[in-house]
Amino acid sequence: MSSVGKSPTTPSTARGTVPPPAGGHYYRRFTRVERIMHALLMLSFVGLALTGLPLLFSDKPWASVLARILGGFQAAGVIHRTCAFVMLVLFASHIIAVVRRGIANKDLVGILWGPDSMVPQPQDAVDIYNHFKWFLGVGPRPQFDRWTYWEKFDYWAVFWGMAIIGGSGFLLWFPVFFAKLLPGWMFNIATLVHGEEALLAVGFIFTIHFFNGHLRPEKFPMDTVVFTGRISEHELKHERAVEYARLIREGTLAAQEAPPPTLESRAFGWFVGGGTLLLGIVAIILIVYSVLH
Amino acid sequence: MFCIGPIVAAAAQGTAPPAPGVNETCLACHGDKDAKRADGRSIAVEDAMFSHSVHGEMHLKCTDCHVDVSPQKLPHPEKLKPVVCANCHQQEAKEYSATVHGIARKGGNNVAATCTDCHGSHDIRRANDPASRTNHANLEATCGKCHGNDAMVASAKLPGGNIVTQFHDSIHGKALTGAGAGSAPTCTNCHGAHTIRAKSDPESATSRANIPDTCGSCHKKERAQFATSLHGQLRHEGNLAAPGCNDCHSAHRIQRHDQPAFQTQVINECGNCHADYLSTYRDTFHGQVTALGYSAVATCASCHGSHEILPVSNAASNVSPQNRLKTCQKCHAGATANFANYDPHANRHDRARNPLYYYAAKFMDWLLIGVFGFFAIHTLLWFIRSLRVRLARRDDDGTQG
Repeated sequence: MSSVGKSPTTPSTARGTVPPPAGGHYYRRFTRVERIMHALLMLSFVGLALTGLPLLFSDKPWASVLARILGGFQAAGVIHRTCAFVMLVLFASHIIAVVRRGIANKDLVGILWGPDSMVPQPQDAVDIYNHFKWFLGVGPRPQFDRWTYWEKFDYWAVFWGMAIIGGSGFLLWFPVFFAKLLPGWMFNIATLVHGEEALLAVGFIFTIHFFNGHLRPEKFPMDTVVFTGRISEHELKHERAVEYARLIREGTLAAQEAPPPTLESRAFGWFVGGGTLLLGIVAIILIVYSVLH
Repeated sequence: MFCIGPIVAAAAQGTAPPAPGVNETCLACHGDKDAKRADGRSIAVEDAMFSHSVHGEMHLKCTDCHVDVSPQKLPHPEKLKPVVCANCHQQEAKEYSATVHGIARKGGNNVAATCTDCHGSHDIRRANDPASRTNHANLEATCGKCHGNDAMVASAKLPGGNIVTQFHDSIHGKALTGAGAGSAPTCTNCHGAHTIRAKSDPESATSRANIPDTCGSCHKKERAQFATSLHGQLRHEGNLAAPGCNDCHSAHRIQRHDQPAFQTQVINECGNCHADYLSTYRDTFHGQVTALGYSAVATCASCHGSHEILPVSNAASNVSPQNRLKTCQKCHAGATANFANYDPHANRHDRARNPLYYYAAKFMDWLLIGVFGFFAIHTLLWFIRSLRVRLARRDDDGTQG
């Protein structure tokens, strides 16, 4: 899977930017396929945002400049649809993977319930409550299992967003065809929903997701786990103590152990992930500026 | 005039020079290139220049215009009376007195153009002479001495600003330098020459009411179409708030109608009156693309037409229920009846016009407010808490979270 240049027990701590691994152990958090999917999702998302935002803010001078940089609205449209196609393939392959997990791996229950499920559960409500208590200084910091409530929100926001934006996008891509089946006013609603939902998605990913995943003081300036796939033992213990305890209890912790992050995966995280982070922040500045003026 | 008889006689005899005469006497002094008056201004008159002028060709004498000089009583007084062109050109002078320039002069404006500003003085040539200031090819420059001169425009507060520079880059201005220069209009084709009047003057060729006829004198087909259109009908009924040619095309900056710059700009001209329709158009893909400066998608005119715009209630309109689908199909080949039920001006604030659209917009508004509102608070509180925890920990043992 990845190059095993070093023994997992002797990781380098000299690479300043990597959080200091206290125990030196690393555990697999994302599979290689998941990391590739996240990278493609991220790149296609940026492509869609860059080519879509000029339309949403077409009355602003920066929008015409951006449209011209992208090669005009026709070229921007081609990029937009190409990225949409990539995202559609990702969406479809994720659905297929979930279905296979349910049928081939007979893990239907695990999809819907438990620590490896993305479905919101009572514990998430408890976690939100306790997290707010900690925010306000009236409770201890809650500990989380594999998927926190905000990560589940990210997941469902993207899931819902893909369905809504993707669905409306298809209507707008092939209006003559879909008008054979649907009334004309559907295209009014599709245009509205496509733009507003996209604004929500771009606004959410480039602020809330960036903060939760990267920019908050514990992670600043960024967390490369989604690019390397590896979480350090230190972080697992302190950020996801419930998961750590559960893995020990279930006796599966050792099976999750993995070699430290490869240089390539970290470089990808820092340059491509970091570049996306910066691009997203610029986009947010333009959006906020445009909304206020 | 004491000299009309000899002039006619001289002209009738052809090229025979007049008897040793007045002009030679004048040129004895004024023929000297360096002749100056007391204050240093030149009083030189070039013989060749005058003899090639229309008055020179007619063998007029200097004293025909400078009537207060007598060759028998020289030297003449330094200060002479102004030349009065009206002594011969009575009809032109009468017309001029009613023009915007003539009225300004009468009102004490001493920079408003008078005869010599356009025609010259000793060098006046016939308008059909290519060297004439009033030749078709030279009028832009002649009018431009004032109306194309920023300093003059500013000091005399000339209406419309530097209109000759604007005109120069317009379709008419460009045509004047091209192959069809002879038939392209210059200033006087719209404004007249001795009939130039302010556009506020009902008699003006460029008054609000008269503009369609003025433009229509060349653009006959468009004029006829416009007369049958909604805008043309409104004007016919006396409603001059309805647009005329220049409201969409401008006056001096007219561009080719097939250029993206014009096609995307004219949308805003429609919006000057139809603000609500412009605003709902901008909510559509068509409106967004054109706002970016690309005209490959539908503009107002693509659906409504331009000179032939009719209300939706008129069956002949491009956007009437009968014709709407055909109009969509101009771009969207194969479009069906459903397709044409798309509302190109759906208004998210108008529940009556499209309730589903209205509620969808409300839902999206609250979805965005809800998500961003919740996470704004969540993020802010988290940020403050994390920062405090980290700072406290750093103070304790210097380690980082």
